[in-house]
Amino acid sequence: MRLSEDRAASEPPVLRISELSKNFGGARALDDVSLAVRHGEVHGLLGQNGSGKSTLIKILCGFHAPDGSPVIEIDGRPVSLPVSVASLRAHGVAFVHQHLGLMPSLTVLENLMLSELAAGARGYIDWQAEARRARDLFARYEIDLDPLAPLSDLTPVARAQVAIVRAFDELRRDRAKSHARGLLVLDEPTPFLPAHDVEVLFRLVREIVADGASVIFVSHDIDEVLEITDRATVLRDGRVAGVFETAQVSKAEVIRLIVGRSVDLDAMRPPPKTLASPSIVISDLAGGGLAPFSLSLAPGEVVGLTGLIGSGYDEVIYRLYGASPASSGTLVLDGETVAVARLDPQRAIACGCVLIPGNRLQSGAVATLSVSENVNQPVFGAISRAWALSDTALLRNAANLAARFDVRPRDPQTLLGSLSGGNQQKVVLAKWFQTRPRLILLDEPTQGVDVGARAQVFGAVDEAAAQGAAVLCASSDYEQLTAICDRVVVFARGRVVAELGGSAISKAAIAEACYRSEANEERR
Amino acid sequence: MAGKAGAARGGNKALVDGFERLALVFVFAATIAVFGYLRPESFFTWSNFAAILGSQSVIVVTALGLIIPLTAGDYDLSIANNLTFAATLLAVLNVNHQLPVGFAIAAALAAGAAIGVVNAFFVLYFRMNSLIVTMGVGTFMHGLTLWLGDQQTISGVSDGLVNAVIVNRLLGVPLGFYYAFGLCAILWYYLTYTAAGRRLLFVGRGREVARLSGVAVDRVRLGGFVCSGLLGAIAGVLYVGTTGAADPSSGLSFLLPAFAAAFLGATSISPGRFNPWGTIISVYFLVTGITGLSILGISNYVQDLFYGGALVIAVTLSQIVRGREERLA
Repeated sequence: MRLSEDRAASEPPVLRISELSKNFGGARALDDVSLAVRHGEVHGLLGQNGSGKSTLIKILCGFHAPDGSPVIEIDGRPVSLPVSVASLRAHGVAFVHQHLGLMPSLTVLENLMLSELAAGARGYIDWQAEARRARDLFARYEIDLDPLAPLSDLTPVARAQVAIVRAFDELRRDRAKSHARGLLVLDEPTPFLPAHDVEVLFRLVREIVADGASVIFVSHDIDEVLEITDRATVLRDGRVAGVFETAQVSKAEVIRLIVGRSVDLDAMRPPPKTLASPSIVISDLAGGGLAPFSLSLAPGEVVGLTGLIGSGYDEVIYRLYGASPASSGTLVLDGETVAVARLDPQRAIACGCVLIPGNRLQSGAVATLSVSENVNQPVFGAISRAWALSDTALLRNAANLAARFDVRPRDPQTLLGSLSGGNQQKVVLAKWFQTRPRLILLDEPTQGVDVGARAQVFGAVDEAAAQGAAVLCASSDYEQLTAICDRVVVFARGRVVAELGGSAISKAAIAEACYRSEANEERR
Repeated sequence: MAGKAGAARGGNKALVDGFERLALVFVFAATIAVFGYLRPESFFTWSNFAAILGSQSVIVVTALGLIIPLTAGDYDLSIANNLTFAATLLAVLNVNHQLPVGFAIAAALAAGAAIGVVNAFFVLYFRMNSLIVTMGVGTFMHGLTLWLGDQQTISGVSDGLVNAVIVNRLLGVPLGFYYAFGLCAILWYYLTYTAAGRRLLFVGRGREVARLSGVAVDRVRLGGFVCSGLLGAIAGVLYVGTTGAADPSSGLSFLLPAFAAAFLGATSISPGRFNPWGTIISVYFLVTGITGLSILGISNYVQDLFYGGALVIAVTLSQIVRGREERLA
């Protein structure tokens, strides 16, 4: 089914990229990256968060413009930069992104025809003929789906199949027009799928390759890459760390390529603390994709929760806070026991828990209100009487907090939305840390925060911990975990698979634990 | 140098802000001046102003009722039908059943609050769009009103109520105006100086933020619907007091002016926020314009032109303000 090695190597590559660089502000996201995808192969693209793989894909689909004038050729023909949707179609390139781009309230058939409907070129649609065509299409790939079913009735894997078949179908039509050979980019389509469903998708990918197209398969999952790809390129810190023929490497070699042994920021480790005995005990917390989870924390202790995307590490804090439902579990705070399934944010706050959500403007603070209104929200009643708020008292409190957390500009009447990401986050931290919480739940606390503010966020967390709060920090930023955590708990497939403590914590060690455990965890 | 330029810019900004806050007041004053200049003998009289002030208490209270759920991010389109239902219920109990007027008022207010609960139940329990729910409930209430009032105007309500609303005057202005003014002051205090008022604002601006901050979002929204139901019923009582009768099909004529005033009010005093003082100024600005134009001899259609145009212009203005805030962000 695959083309012979000789022929594939002598033909011009389907996609050739060289000298691709991209800077964001001062940060170098891609540094002179090259990539070649041969005709008829599945090419893996691997790397950690921040390795540059998503920047590369975003340049390829036209979301970012590259720096300078790199070479991007498809079928030997140069693509004009920045890439446009029209030129992608003319060159026969189609994307399936992680979130699939489907509309749950429409039928499968309407979703299949979405781009055609959006183009609005046809005056009359023969729905029966289109349904027949869709049935034929599904039959060809041995997919058992009713085109007229609403998409919302479909399982996650069936939705992914619809997205992939749709992309390939469009590709084939474009190919008929332009004689392009066709390149399908699958950008992390699998993290939320169980193993046997991944196998279903892989069958589809193999059939698409048998049809003559080539595939780029972006993933963090080494097992999947080893199973489905012919060759793969590994990115690390914005550069190509290596290119390998899949048949000729071991899992350990791939892990080494991904994680690297580059300069580490181990110097940034916090000094070891002497901790009291645990006063906070989480037992058997479960719900959603999370297997029963237990953990004890001492006052002042900072524990990181991490794992690869889809591993469930980020579910713990939202369920513990009652922000999303937990099916079971108890939380003991200083001898007081609460059933987590009955918690809601109000009760969690009353128990001394606070949550700093990851999506700041959606869940953390209101952009169209002032800093003062945002920061005083949990303490309106405490600062002045709830039935006679005093503007001066509220503004004074906000000004004090703005000074303590170094929010710039200092004026508490500034609209929150006009602050930079880092300053917004400082406002959110100030809003909650002033309540002297016993348990702080952080989700990606420095996402979208500039370098300077990042250190200040760490400082604020350290200070709160020094005052006796226990901290649970969910993050996929290993450097951040290294900088603030006393312990790091690693998740895979919804369960804890490793725990690192003290001097065993380093950026590389966390990364390695994540990838190794994902690879070792028995998949069912 | 830089500091000076910054200070100058800051001073400029304060000036622009101040102008924005008071722009509607200036336009209002200019309107009065123009009509006063054109028709000093009929427009520029205390009796004309007193009539304008006294005649609008129903719309003022209706608009105040609207801004509570609007602040929490919900629409209440049923408020005008709620108003006529309360008015008709009051008249039926007082006139047809000869019940004391105090009792009839209490029943009307209770009915208004109950309609608020019904709205809230469908919106919150079934997670439906408030626009659709309150439109349906409002139409249902309209049907109920016609049935209850036998599709006829019921007149002959106790003099006590009429006296207390429109006949008795203070400084030449009917008492109804002072009731509306008092409610406006209470609502202003509630929205500005109580923690509960701030929670209402948080629920409207960022529901998820409010929820994660421990605000009982559904309870706050329920409170909003009940308050608008209650204020709708109070407007209904004032309406009966103003006319001495209840016309079961009068309701819709109040809905658009009230919405126009609520949205126009949100462009002044505290621009970008629904606020009681802005709302009451808007009601009187709009009615002054209409009165002035009809004194000039322009016919009745001007009312629809004015209210409809004001609503669209007000929403456009607040959209521009919001767009500027977003650009800042």
